Amino acid sequence: MGELITLQGSEQGFVTTRVNDLLGWARKYSLFAYPFVTACCGMEFMALASPRFDISRFGAEAPRFSPRQADLLWVVGTISQRQAPVLRRIYEQMMEPKWVLAFGTCASTGGFYDNYTTVAGIDKLVPTDVYIPGCPPRPEAVIDGLLLLQDKIASGDRTPGVVKPREDPVSRDLVPLRKKREGAPTGRTS
Amino acid sequence: MSERLLAKLRERFGASVLETHSHLGDDTAVVDPARWKEICAFLRDDPACDMQMLVDLCGADYPDRTPRLEVVLHLYSIARRHRLRLKARVGDEDAEGAEIDSVVDLWQGANWFERETYDMFGVKFRGHPDLRRILMYPEFEGHPLLKTYPANKTQPLVAYRTEEEAGVPLEKLAPFGDDEGMSFGRKNGDATGDATNGEA
Repeated sequence: MGELITLQGSEQGFVTTRVNDLLGWARKYSLFAYPFVTACCGMEFMALASPRFDISRFGAEAPRFSPRQADLLWVVGTISQRQAPVLRRIYEQMMEPKWVLAFGTCASTGGFYDNYTTVAGIDKLVPTDVYIPGCPPRPEAVIDGLLLLQDKIASGDRTPGVVKPREDPVSRDLVPLRKKREGAPTGRTS
Repeated sequence: MSERLLAKLRERFGASVLETHSHLGDDTAVVDPARWKEICAFLRDDPACDMQMLVDLCGADYPDRTPRLEVVLHLYSIARRHRLRLKARVGDEDAEGAEIDSVVDLWQGANWFERETYDMFGVKFRGHPDLRRILMYPEFEGHPLLKTYPANKTQPLVAYRTEEEAGVPLEKLAPFGDDEGMSFGRKNGDATGDATNGEA
């Protein structure tokens, strides 16, 4: 941050900006994803990528099935010990700058596969930028995670972040309804 | 139904049939592992048995028993519509030296089941064409489904990142709390897989 560049504008003036801000802004809306999809979270990833939730709204829809062309690694699902060298290698093949997103509880921590088979979180293998909890996470949570990652890219922040749980507005409204129903006379004698 | 099969086995193999058990149409024979293949061949080829289909072959570990391991075979006759469970007990009290004849010659489908049983329990199948691990990687030591394998012991293929290298805590972050995972897992148990844990 802090270096100034000058772009030639019109004859009347010029535009100044900080080059890292400009790069961050450009990068955050053109993420090329490498989906490393291993398990059931992949279904949610498909929902996310298809028109209903539509990650192309955030400029992150283009998958690249070569890690050399990708800058965002989506780790979607459980990583077994046997897959660990593959994941490490895929990560190493990606070009800088690169980001890693742990999709779901298994990728983040190993989840309930707490035994000899499974890596307890991909951060044991590769630096991870954003963790999205959920089994699987709802597409909205993943979009939260993507936006969090975009904020981090824009500000150059490489500390790991976790998507915070959100209250579901539907179930929040349902609770008073249910209470009302329980309190209301049913017309039955019991 | 297939109690007749058990009677036939007892009649044919006598003392080599160590135990039989019938419950709600579920028939089991425990046989001498030395005659395992002979008994299987009889069950497949005898016209009254005609067990052409191998449904499953797996292992089981009973740590309090000697011999400790069991090889369990499920057979079905498509023509005669009867099924039978055949067991053989192998291995000493440390589950060492568990050996039994392979039945791949009789049922091709036994190939991967026997590899799995070898991988998970360490039972060696004599005469198997390609007895390698099937689920775990070749570098893996021990057999994970034995009751003596520590429940939380992992054998990573690549070295994990250290916290110094990462610069961030690699233990579980919020909202992934201590309650994640199993009660005997990496947070609450010790490396021996002892049953005592935080909740007990």
